[in-house]
Amino acid sequence: MTITVNWAAIDKDPRFQALHKRKTTFLWGLMIFSLIYYFLLPIGAAYFPELFKTKVWGAMNFGILFALSEFVVAWAVAFIYTHRANREFDAMVADIVRDAELIR
Amino acid sequence: MSLLGLMLISPVTLAADAGAVAPQYKWLTFIVFGAIIALTMFVTYRAAKETHSATDFYAAGRSVSGMQNGWAIAGDYLSAASFLGIAGLISLYGYDGFMYSVGWLVAYIAVLLIIAEPCRNIGKYTLGDILAFRNNPKAAKIIAAISTVTVSTFYLTAQMVGGGVLVKTLIGIDYEISVIVVGALMLTYVVFGGMKATTWVQIIKAILLVTASILLVIFTWGQYGFSFPGFLQAAVDNQDIQNQVAKLVGDAATNMTPAELGQRFLEPGLYLKNPIDQISLGLALVLGTAGMPHILMRFFTVPTAQDARKSVIWAMAIIGGFYVLTLFLGLGAAMNVTAAKIASFDPGGNMAAPLLAQYIGGGADSMLGNLFLAFVAAVAFATIVAVVAGLVLASASAMSHDLYVGVFRGEQASSKEQITAARVATVIVGALAIYVGIAAKGQNVAHLVALAFAVAASSNLPAVFLTLYWKKTNTWGVVAGMIAGAGSAILLVLLSPNMTYPLAKVTEAKKILDGEPAKEAIVAAPAQGGFICELFASADCKKAVKAAPATPAKLGAREQLTAAENALTALADETAKAAKAREITSLKATVSKAEADLKKFAGQTTSMMGLEKPWFQLRNPGLISVPLGFLVTMLFSLITRDRRAEELWDELYVRQNTGINAEAAYFH
Repeated sequence: MTITVNWAAIDKDPRFQALHKRKTTFLWGLMIFSLIYYFLLPIGAAYFPELFKTKVWGAMNFGILFALSEFVVAWAVAFIYTHRANREFDAMVADIVRDAELIR
Repeated sequence: MSLLGLMLISPVTLAADAGAVAPQYKWLTFIVFGAIIALTMFVTYRAAKETHSATDFYAAGRSVSGMQNGWAIAGDYLSAASFLGIAGLISLYGYDGFMYSVGWLVAYIAVLLIIAEPCRNIGKYTLGDILAFRNNPKAAKIIAAISTVTVSTFYLTAQMVGGGVLVKTLIGIDYEISVIVVGALMLTYVVFGGMKATTWVQIIKAILLVTASILLVIFTWGQYGFSFPGFLQAAVDNQDIQNQVAKLVGDAATNMTPAELGQRFLEPGLYLKNPIDQISLGLALVLGTAGMPHILMRFFTVPTAQDARKSVIWAMAIIGGFYVLTLFLGLGAAMNVTAAKIASFDPGGNMAAPLLAQYIGGGADSMLGNLFLAFVAAVAFATIVAVVAGLVLASASAMSHDLYVGVFRGEQASSKEQITAARVATVIVGALAIYVGIAAKGQNVAHLVALAFAVAASSNLPAVFLTLYWKKTNTWGVVAGMIAGAGSAILLVLLSPNMTYPLAKVTEAKKILDGEPAKEAIVAAPAQGGFICELFASADCKKAVKAAPATPAKLGAREQLTAAENALTALADETAKAAKAREITSLKATVSKAEADLKKFAGQTTSMMGLEKPWFQLRNPGLISVPLGFLVTMLFSLITRDRRAEELWDELYVRQNTGINAEAAYFH
């Protein structure tokens, strides 16, 4: 069902501005952190080989541990985002959508 | 071998033409293949009955659940290359293969955080719909359609060629026949069942793939009581792995103990040697996935943005879990099957997982071993068909929805006309895919997958990202940025080491045939020319030289062959004779390949771009083309004005965040 709304008014609405601010900081933060953490792997393997060869648990070395941690970190980022989006952003959006036609 | 060659099946197969499955067990393979095809045909039949409108055809009626879509994304994404290629890479090179798999998962963070939900909220069926929201609709749809078809064609060609070679290696069916069978099956799914059938084929394939991998890992890892250090220690102690490392590190192996050789397999640097190229590839992977038209399209199949979010979470769980399993598959194959045997079937290592399955079932002569192999082969086959179906659907949608309906018919087409156009476009794209697959037989297409990701990252992603998040973006910015991004990516690959350089090939072939003279010790020298030399060739650049001891002259393959043939006549012992005979066969193959190369490249001195040596030094252009795509889009947006793009910004930004007036789901 299509509704008629004043987009510019919603954009200026304090609730939408609050959503925009929180989402922007949060998403940029997560994205930049994820990219840096990802590129640490090839950089570390190429320029810090001695560190990557250090054994930490039996035959397992730091390199394997770090590569495995990339998976854990990716999942953690996904979990953190989803958790906050489900709890916070969705509620803020629902609030705006409910009043969308009234915001002029 | 190219950095991305593992995403495809290497075009060279040394195994006998019969394939990995012994002839007396082929019926087993056909039963398993038949069962899987029957199942997918059944879901296609069901889907076809429910496909009445354009929304059904392109977006499965937006009735796919988040979990189903997550499985379908995994099915769309885990091509035979990741399944077979990464396991193979780990089995041949250890740690580097595993490190390589990481980027494929991290890519989904970009999809989750910046693409999935906004696209679901403002999009309809295609990439073109997203770009047309604020930009000039016709211009945006034309450029989006061109980009979609370009990206999909690169990826599709790689998949068709890879699929044909794979089926041939596994069961010995002719290359042309397997390409036609893959194409015909895919066409049946897409033409009749549209996105619904494609989704279910991808789900079935993902479930089969994950089940097969879990079973293989349980059997492989179970031998070591599911202890991770125990498993790694077994790999370090394994003599075949130690031999493989000794082969890879060459002369350096003489000062290493067996334990050190084994441990070296778990350390970086046996395969990926250029960190800048890796970063370039990483950039293309991590941003390219979010710009892949067939992945974007999957987010239009779910009812809401929340379901889009849920689908990425499921996809990340499945894809990530799968790559962790490949570590066990790869190391398990290296220990139990041995790198030498894996490479004898396929130098790229793609046979690692299938051969591990055969070993676990009891070996090449056992019924169970061949049943396992048949099952893994069937999963690989289903994999190719599912990936190809998704790609063809994406290209066909760009042609029918963006170009035909959006541009030629000015959005004035009835639902019936739209769905007919979609089906006609599918047949055209499918027929082209089969034709290209056969025409590209034996060609080196390894760089095409890398190129597909690089083009998506340099052209589609900047356009979508800036349209969604930057107010000043406009039509000219998007058009210029997409042309610059895609164009630079393609051009740089044409000038890169991925191309064939006849002079290098001839030198290499001569070295193999006639051997090398003795070399004096080499003194280390630092690189000259700075960072720019890592990217482009120039007269001022000198590569760093590592110190190396003097090496004695090496015999050429021709002399080795004569020596081996003379030795054979002197041998009496049957086993020694058989071993010598095998050596002779392998030497003959080496000689005839080198001679064929000499003949093929005789008289040629330059690549198809007229270069004697690569000008661009990286295999992946992402490091340059991705920033260029962003910069050109921003620059042209700043110097041109587009009233529509400005006026629609508020609406786009509110809608992409809130989902107000998003395309609704409907259920029959």
